[in-house]
Amino acid sequence: MRSIWRHRLFWPVVALLTLIAVNSIARPNFIKLRVRDGELFGAIITILRDSAPLMLVALGMTIVIATRGIDLSVGAIMAVSGAVALTIIDGSDDPGNLATVLIAVVVAILVSMVLGVWNGFLVSVLGIQPIIATLVLMLAGRGVALLITGGFITTVNSEPFSYIATGYLFVLPFAFFISVAAITVIGLVERRTALGVLTEAVGINPEASRLAGVRSRGIIWGAYIVSGTLAGLAGILYASNIRAADANAAGVFIELYAILAVVLGGTSLNGGKFSIAGTVIGVLIIQTLDSTILFLGVPSAQSPVFFAVVVVVVVVVQSPRIRNALGRMSRSRKPKAAVAAAVVEDKQKAEVGR
Amino acid sequence: MTAMATRTESRESGPSFLQTFVSRHGSMMPTFAAVAILLVLFVGAEIFLRGDFITPRNISALLLDNAYLLVLAVGMTFVILTGGIDLSVGSVMAFSGILGAKLLAEGVPAFVAVPAMLLGGAAIGLMIGILVQYFNVQPFIASLAGLFLGRGLAYVVSLSSIKVEEPGILWLQSTRIRLGDWYITPTGLIALGAVAVAAFVLHLTRFGRTIYAIGGSEQSARLMGLKVARAKVMAYVISGLCGGLAGLVLTAYSGAGYPRNGIGTELDAIAAVVIGGTILTGGRGYVIGSMIGVFVYGTIKTIISFMGAEQSWMQIIVGALLLLFIVVQRAIVARSEGRR
Repeated sequence: MRSIWRHRLFWPVVALLTLIAVNSIARPNFIKLRVRDGELFGAIITILRDSAPLMLVALGMTIVIATRGIDLSVGAIMAVSGAVALTIIDGSDDPGNLATVLIAVVVAILVSMVLGVWNGFLVSVLGIQPIIATLVLMLAGRGVALLITGGFITTVNSEPFSYIATGYLFVLPFAFFISVAAITVIGLVERRTALGVLTEAVGINPEASRLAGVRSRGIIWGAYIVSGTLAGLAGILYASNIRAADANAAGVFIELYAILAVVLGGTSLNGGKFSIAGTVIGVLIIQTLDSTILFLGVPSAQSPVFFAVVVVVVVVVQSPRIRNALGRMSRSRKPKAAVAAAVVEDKQKAEVGR
Repeated sequence: MTAMATRTESRESGPSFLQTFVSRHGSMMPTFAAVAILLVLFVGAEIFLRGDFITPRNISALLLDNAYLLVLAVGMTFVILTGGIDLSVGSVMAFSGILGAKLLAEGVPAFVAVPAMLLGGAAIGLMIGILVQYFNVQPFIASLAGLFLGRGLAYVVSLSSIKVEEPGILWLQSTRIRLGDWYITPTGLIALGAVAVAAFVLHLTRFGRTIYAIGGSEQSARLMGLKVARAKVMAYVISGLCGGLAGLVLTAYSGAGYPRNGIGTELDAIAAVVIGGTILTGGRGYVIGSMIGVFVYGTIKTIISFMGAEQSWMQIIVGALLLLFIVVQRAIVARSEGRR
């Protein structure tokens, strides 16, 4: 029993279940699923569908944060990706053609990948602080997106393109399959190969891992490329959902929500150990909370207050001070476990101090 | 790269006064670079825009248009000098602006409304500081909470913009203290005053030295017996206070409070501070440099609007400039560490 309690995903899962329970009691429609024309509808389906862009961005962010970095440019990359895709589709003779849409999507994702390569170059080769290195693209990227669309909001009417975000495959939204595919691929690559362990090694101590023969440069660089590529895909989803490329609004604040999702999922911003499952739960918590706030009738503009409260509660609960206090409480009862906990705490303290 | 830079430099200047100066005042170099860029921008604009750029009107407008950013950059300098970062300033500015506008619209006198604006900003700063210092939250995340809180509270106060009719506030903007063709508004004086006070505090008080010491090495500062906790929390409170003050300046400037004000302004402020030569790992930098950084930012903006180019170039150029400065700083830090 205690092993469940001690599991690091315990609290995120509890938070998510609580949110779902509260919602289900407050509005019974929340858990109801309706079938219409062989397609499922309902609040939960909407959450799964709408969470796809954030899910993609947060997965990339998890890998970057695991290497002790941070990627602030994801929102700007989303804007660029959407702008590239829609400009190609808009410029073609036949916007409804599947081939056109495929080319547009592939080009947009390649451009995003190049932007990721750029971020990775600044961080891993030039050794610039990740916050600042990605801040450059965060500032400049939106300008680039505006230049691509010529300062306008490019809109298209393309059936295959809008299918990406709003279409259904079998009974579930297509966007949901995209996020499941991304989770699966990232999960398999990071957890079924040595890459995940190497990434954590780089994040825990870059110098030691280098001495141990880990090619940290390639791993860090790769993390930013993955993050850029996933952000590009998220940008396509966003643009497809509104059928337009809005360089000013696409992905605004998504870097902050993605970081919040990663932190909620129990991955420390100090790098090292990361949890893909935690991030998935973190994203679902954020999206469910967003849906709850909307349901409560709070204007969506005011929802940041709720997120601020969530951030504060989460970081305070996770902070060493509170953990020490909890540790002291349990120490008086179970001396043996407390010693182990104290060792862990000291390690964390050393890490924070570093 | 570092070795190359050293070599070229020694060839050019030799064992001269310049070299001694450079090695003694290495931490000032980025700020000098910012001054040089500002001059290059001025001269370049003067030449390419057919000689009607450097006019008293334009230069005066530079301070007027960027007064709010200057105030934010001053607060940000304190936080960055301690090695932290404050993402909340843009939304704190929006919150304080809309709060002030609302209070004034409901008939609260200005001498109550203005302190309320400043206190509102300082309170959010205090929250961030306590999270950072006492709960070991990373500055990035703690100020992120401040960003969300400020923005959300701004919308709680009002969802739409509120016009300000109070003559006392509008006076701050409409008064022009003239000297020939030059002019300065009370908002400009507030901004310059903030720079002067900050420079005094940072260089001539114990608190200021503590801020630098924390940025240099927090551990050492603590072992030296400096009041690290208090100074660190105060840095965030000052940044929040500056956010509130910027809200006042911006409200006077635009004649209204608007909850969507200042989205992304925190990045402009950080960019200005970095361009001004403050190093993001903390411990080195000058508030005067931040002022130069704001002027560089403002000049680029003016040049772009003079040329009639799209504003999207603004973001690209500021991004590129930021990158340039970071690489330069990186080289300087690497060099001074190599010498040690």
